[in-house]
Amino acid sequence: MPWSSPYVLTNWIELAVFFVLLITLAPLLARWLIASIKPSASEASCFASLGVDLKTEMNWKQYSLALLFIHLIGAGFLFLLLLTQGSLPLNPMHIPGMSWDLALNTAVSFVTNTNWQAYSGESQLSYLSQMLGLGVQNFLSAAVGIAVAFALARSLAREKTSELGNFWFDLWRVTTRFLLPMAALFAVFLISQGVVQSFDPYVTAKTIEGTDQVIPLGPAASQVAIKQLGTNGGGFFGVNSAHPFENPTPLSNFLQLLAILLIPAAIPLVFGRMSGHQRHGRMLFGVMLGLFTATLAGSLYFENMANMEGKEVRFGVFDSALWSSVTTVASNGSVNAMHDSLMPGTGGLAMFNMQLGEIVFGGTGSGLYGMVLFAVLTVFLCGLMVGRTPEYLGKKIGGREVIATSIGILLPSLLILGFTALACVVPAALAARTNSGPHGFSEILYAFTSGAANNGSAFGGLSVNSVFYNVTLSIAMVLGRFGVILPVLFIAGSFAKQKTIPPSAGTLSSTSVTFALLLVGVILIVGALTFIPALTLGPIVEHLLLPTGKKF
Amino acid sequence: MAKNPVWTQEIILGAVVQSFVKLHPKTQFRNFVMFCVFLCSLGLTGVVLVSAVQRNISAFECNTALWLWFTVLFANFSEALSEGRGRAQAESLRKTRTQGVARIIQEADIGCATPHVTHKSSAELVVGDLALCESGDLIPGDGEVIWGIAAIDESAITGESAPVIRESGGDRSAVTGGTRVSSDRIIVRITQAPGDSFVDRMIKLVEGASRQRTPNEIALSILLVGLTIVFIAVIGTLPIFFGYAATESHLGSHLSFAMLASLLVCLIPTTIGGLLSAIGISGMDRLIQRNVIAKSGKAVEAAGDVDVLLLDKTGTITLGNRMASRIVAGSPESESQLTRAAYLSSASDDTPEGRSIVVLLKNSKGKEVLTLNSEAGDALKFVPFSARTRMSGADAGGSEYRKGAVDAVRTWVESKGGKVSAGLLQLADQMASQGSTPLLVAQDNQALGVIELKDIVKGGIRERFAQLRKMGIRTVMITGDNPKTAAAIAAEAGVDDFIAEATPEMKLERIRKEQKEGHLVAMIGDGTNDAPALAQADVGIAMNTGTQAAREAGNMVDLESNPTKLIDVVEIGKQLLMTRGSLTTFSIANDVAKYFAILPALFITLYPLNPEDARSGVLGALDIMKLSSPESAILSAVIFNALIIVALIPLALKGVKLISASADVVLRRNVWIYGFGGIIAPFVGIKAIDIIIGSFLGGAL
Repeated sequence: MPWSSPYVLTNWIELAVFFVLLITLAPLLARWLIASIKPSASEASCFASLGVDLKTEMNWKQYSLALLFIHLIGAGFLFLLLLTQGSLPLNPMHIPGMSWDLALNTAVSFVTNTNWQAYSGESQLSYLSQMLGLGVQNFLSAAVGIAVAFALARSLAREKTSELGNFWFDLWRVTTRFLLPMAALFAVFLISQGVVQSFDPYVTAKTIEGTDQVIPLGPAASQVAIKQLGTNGGGFFGVNSAHPFENPTPLSNFLQLLAILLIPAAIPLVFGRMSGHQRHGRMLFGVMLGLFTATLAGSLYFENMANMEGKEVRFGVFDSALWSSVTTVASNGSVNAMHDSLMPGTGGLAMFNMQLGEIVFGGTGSGLYGMVLFAVLTVFLCGLMVGRTPEYLGKKIGGREVIATSIGILLPSLLILGFTALACVVPAALAARTNSGPHGFSEILYAFTSGAANNGSAFGGLSVNSVFYNVTLSIAMVLGRFGVILPVLFIAGSFAKQKTIPPSAGTLSSTSVTFALLLVGVILIVGALTFIPALTLGPIVEHLLLPTGKKF
Repeated sequence: MAKNPVWTQEIILGAVVQSFVKLHPKTQFRNFVMFCVFLCSLGLTGVVLVSAVQRNISAFECNTALWLWFTVLFANFSEALSEGRGRAQAESLRKTRTQGVARIIQEADIGCATPHVTHKSSAELVVGDLALCESGDLIPGDGEVIWGIAAIDESAITGESAPVIRESGGDRSAVTGGTRVSSDRIIVRITQAPGDSFVDRMIKLVEGASRQRTPNEIALSILLVGLTIVFIAVIGTLPIFFGYAATESHLGSHLSFAMLASLLVCLIPTTIGGLLSAIGISGMDRLIQRNVIAKSGKAVEAAGDVDVLLLDKTGTITLGNRMASRIVAGSPESESQLTRAAYLSSASDDTPEGRSIVVLLKNSKGKEVLTLNSEAGDALKFVPFSARTRMSGADAGGSEYRKGAVDAVRTWVESKGGKVSAGLLQLADQMASQGSTPLLVAQDNQALGVIELKDIVKGGIRERFAQLRKMGIRTVMITGDNPKTAAAIAAEAGVDDFIAEATPEMKLERIRKEQKEGHLVAMIGDGTNDAPALAQADVGIAMNTGTQAAREAGNMVDLESNPTKLIDVVEIGKQLLMTRGSLTTFSIANDVAKYFAILPALFITLYPLNPEDARSGVLGALDIMKLSSPESAILSAVIFNALIIVALIPLALKGVKLISASADVVLRRNVWIYGFGGIIAPFVGIKAIDIIIGSFLGGAL
């Protein structure tokens, strides 16, 4: 680091503590999560009397249908709630209902765990919408991702069966025995730090300059806790965790950062234990950690140029760079600085993190199953190179699995490229930019990247509350979610049916360092080959233009 | 077939012609990757023609179009070349199928010396016909010998000139149409209708006519299609992104079709796409080189996955015959007498056992034997082995010398009033219990000693099994011997497991058990009772000398009937998959360098640093190869892309080098060569081509 570096020793200590906590807490959480799905007979019979079957195992189609059903119901309910919030209770500020396209976008965004925000919470959402609408989906969308990861893990532990578990059981237990208690604990902590939790109307204060300032309030702490833990990222307030009531202290900032990565980091370990391939689970965790470290190092390097514009003074450059990496590797999307104001290199890295498919920790569950798709692809290429029909953890990879893997990996990329191109030719879409030149291009590319990858972080700078962006992003979010989940469940169904091939000396090791490096290589090459041309015309041009001082 | 045509001028010329024939859109459509290249070539040719009409022709576009066509042709050439060799083989096979006339007899006339014969063209034979074949006749169709014994010249299909014995009953009853009877007379029951005979099926297989894509090939093709679609999306959106940037840079330029087509062709996996079918065909071809015919490509692929080999002891692990390993006298005094008796009784014995006794004696008692040799001379009268006496030997100088099974010789000695000592009998028992066969040697009424005949494990087989174990393949020996004998040989040969006193049912049971545990099993067999096991095994290789039932049940036929082939087949299967994986990795790794060559060239005008200079775009900084001009950069990448296909044809046809090592070692090796090599090679290649283009065409572009 040059002597003018804005980073100080305490920053590095903070980073070290962050990594230590992440690595030590993840296995503990993994145990908790596995313990939370221990079946109980009394609970099952209790639900049975209510007509809910938590016991009967489902095949991949039934599991998918149940999953689609809960998304459809959730999205429909949320859509109606947002449209009609103006005439519903718990609305002290008399906020009117949303327009149809914004309500659609918001509903889709929250059920798909994207939590893209085309609205500003304090001015467009009632307390009821926040709690009953977004809050509920914050839990469910996170639990759904974990449930899919469970189904995938079970398929690898089993053979010659079509059963992948019971979706309702998984959803119920993950929500009530894992996410709710964790979120409650974290919310209490956040309140202690000064995050607001109130049903009172907004307060109007006189500033020293004598003008009126409206100070928004609301049940924020409960929302912020699950927003971070469930890799949701939809802020209670418009500026998200840059808002002092959402993220008041350096300690709250630090723990929110940790909360974003904790569950996604625990899932590979859960997957390893549940599938009976613990070392493979640890290897996946290692690959995620390695990629995260690399992208963080890159961001810190670019931000070393010390640009304070757009960053929250309370946290400084270091924490902003750290947050931008954390929030984009995980499919969280909350921000504590405006990404529009990051250096081009950092912004580009944030985009690239998402374009890799949100697999470096990624979303709760979704990061893992996305990563498994890449592992399957790696196994397919490398397995051939050792002279055997490729197999992943003892399951053969044939034509059907390759089709599903290709769709799961490539569909989000097609969505990003396709919609970005569309926005580049629609005048109304172009007009939404606040910058011209390569930066304006980055704004558009970032928006669709964030949507299709179900991240939800915003670059800022783009006025996205328009019919065009609300609808196109909704489509990107839906396809980006189910275009991955359904192939994953299909593969799980096919794995469960196969018999497990015992490993031999001729089997490709899926735990070795060689394999981990190859996995990283495949991830980076697939990502790079797909997005290099687009990134070249956005952040890379911008980065190259920096020293010349030229603007376009 | 062992005398396969290598790369004759004829095959190469044929392949060149076929490369153009295969330009037919219908043929191209079968391979999605190459079909995209084909469409790009057509499109660009259209562009060139239009500009020719407008008298505005560009050397860059002409050259690019030309090289795109070369890319298509080179891929066609690789496929045609691999098919060409098969076609040449099919041609030589077809010659054996000359229309002959079969002599048909009636069921009642079997065994009759002068049967009533009707004549029928071999093309009109029906299943069940009985054909009489005598010395010099061509066998009219596939069938089974139901009467007689004959020597058959099968060189037409095996290339092996020594005739083989075929006889009714037993495991050597199958005959193949087109082979020639070289002695005696047999009656053959036709079991395959003409047109569906073994030779017909072989022709179809080697020609590739009945070639179906194998499961793994299909899976890989799907992946290639997926990658191609992504690159189509990348290239499809690029003009829009470019247009955006051009507008923002206040430029009116756009990307030409030639540029987009070049980038697309360079990015999609043309290397593996172009060579994929050649790899598959040549995999089958390599089997044929070793005289193994696979009934489907699927079986070849499955062979690569096999992790349990069921091997017959005799012929695979041990040399087929027992050999004399030790000679022990009953008492020290009788030693030289024993040597003499053993030598004289074996000197004229042509059986492998007899010869091995002579060899043993010559090696251990050279001098003594030399004098015996002259002594024996003409006076020796050989008494051959017969099933009744179970002895063989010689009469010389008034004495009778015999060697044979212990109880047979004992009876013979006792009948002459002699007695076999208890010590000798005990010694013989001991040898038998260790898995050897003892032969008692006697002169008239005197039992002199015992010769130990032992199963000799083939040289080098132990090392071979060790290599297989490294590759994760377990070997199971199957033998009819008792468990003790089997264990001794198993230990000596280094197999992982054995089945003693094996029956065909036990083989089948073992295969089922291994499969249930998730293993893939390969076995080789010949008898009718092997058929169920051959059918059950994932890879079942039937010996050509075997029964028709066995040949039908297996999914491969070994024309040389050499049981060791099983190991070769497994290696070929592995090599096939390895070649595919390595070239796919190479193909994808190549793209990194191609981006570095083409993207700066495409984007050179955007965001210019100097408004006066059209080529001062800020992205010129990405041109790390410092290529001479944007046009040369693009053309170099296209040329590299086309030439790499040609350069890799030998590798596709021969297969990547196979090393016996664990999966991790093999993986690391191939990743270094094809992964890292794949990243580096195009940087070097494109730069080199750019320099050459610069010096030849510099001005023209």
